[in-house]
Amino acid sequence: MTVSPTLDARFREAAAAAGLLNVAYDLAETPIGTLLVATTDRGLCRISYDPEPEREAESLAHTFGLRVLRAAKPIDPVRRQLDEYFAGSRTTFELPLDLRVTGFNRDVLKRLARVPYGQLTTYGTLAAEAHRPKAARAVGVVMNRNPIPIVLPCHRVVGANGSLTGYGGGLERKEILLKLEGAIQPQLDV
Amino acid sequence: MVLVQVPPFESFYEEHRDAVFRELRRLVGKDAEDAYQETFLRALRAYDRLKHTENLRAWVLTIARRVAADHYRRREAPTVVVEPETDSRPAYAELGDLADGLPRKERAAVVLRYGYDMSYAAIGAALGSSEDAARQAASSGVRRLRRRMQ
Repeated sequence: MTVSPTLDARFREAAAAAGLLNVAYDLAETPIGTLLVATTDRGLCRISYDPEPEREAESLAHTFGLRVLRAAKPIDPVRRQLDEYFAGSRTTFELPLDLRVTGFNRDVLKRLARVPYGQLTTYGTLAAEAHRPKAARAVGVVMNRNPIPIVLPCHRVVGANGSLTGYGGGLERKEILLKLEGAIQPQLDV
Repeated sequence: MVLVQVPPFESFYEEHRDAVFRELRRLVGKDAEDAYQETFLRALRAYDRLKHTENLRAWVLTIARRVAADHYRRREAPTVVVEPETDSRPAYAELGDLADGLPRKERAAVVLRYGYDMSYAAIGAALGSSEDAARQAASSGVRRLRRRMQ
């Protein structure tokens, strides 16, 4: 005898509604693939590409506490805003964030958060803004470990020569996001 | 004794939920669904106090048996259940918005009772208080909402 999907869903929702979770997460379907989205009671804390849910749950538990549970409802506001973003009708996210990083990482991510929709910046510019003008490479590392891609727009950061350079979710996705935002022009394949 | 690292709650829940449900079906029959909810809410409350030496299956089945025992105790001592408000049951979403701004416990009690139709025993388990305290929290939450709407 197994637990019915209804009973399972009811428990998950009740656990979230009772405020008993350190982290609630769920999968979200988007045009650039399935994302894992996680929130705490303070805000959005993680977006992951190509997620392996079991490994993600371990990692979330490590950072935020053991009470990690998949639950749909707490994720709904994020899901809605992502849908709007991919439909082209949203250019800024209005979501509280729970960012557990410190020091240089935090400075860089906070500056990253202010790079507007459809505009590009460079690793060097962000490094300079974080008062470490020579730390472009370190900024690259911070981007690569960005816990909340898309919402913290590391896809808007490119190399000094304008090349896309790299992306935690793969260059193809970076390109799709930048085309969606009109930051780069779609090119014809010949 | 086999030492196990305590996994994220999700993994623990996935691994043991069917066994818990089977045990509760055996113990309380048709009331197994409520008891299931209550068992895992109690487990969730206690979860981050677990030591890494626990046998998790045995631990959660012990909780399930306690929930079943409480269930029979309640049936033997019937109490008059005073529902604070039964005339309208707003949809969960509306209720969640409506209840924003209530003290945390009252908000949770109101939402779980009227949005999720949970028993006061299960709500008590979720909030770490007694069944009576859960009923009181829901009741004073509803009173507060009513005052606010006047």
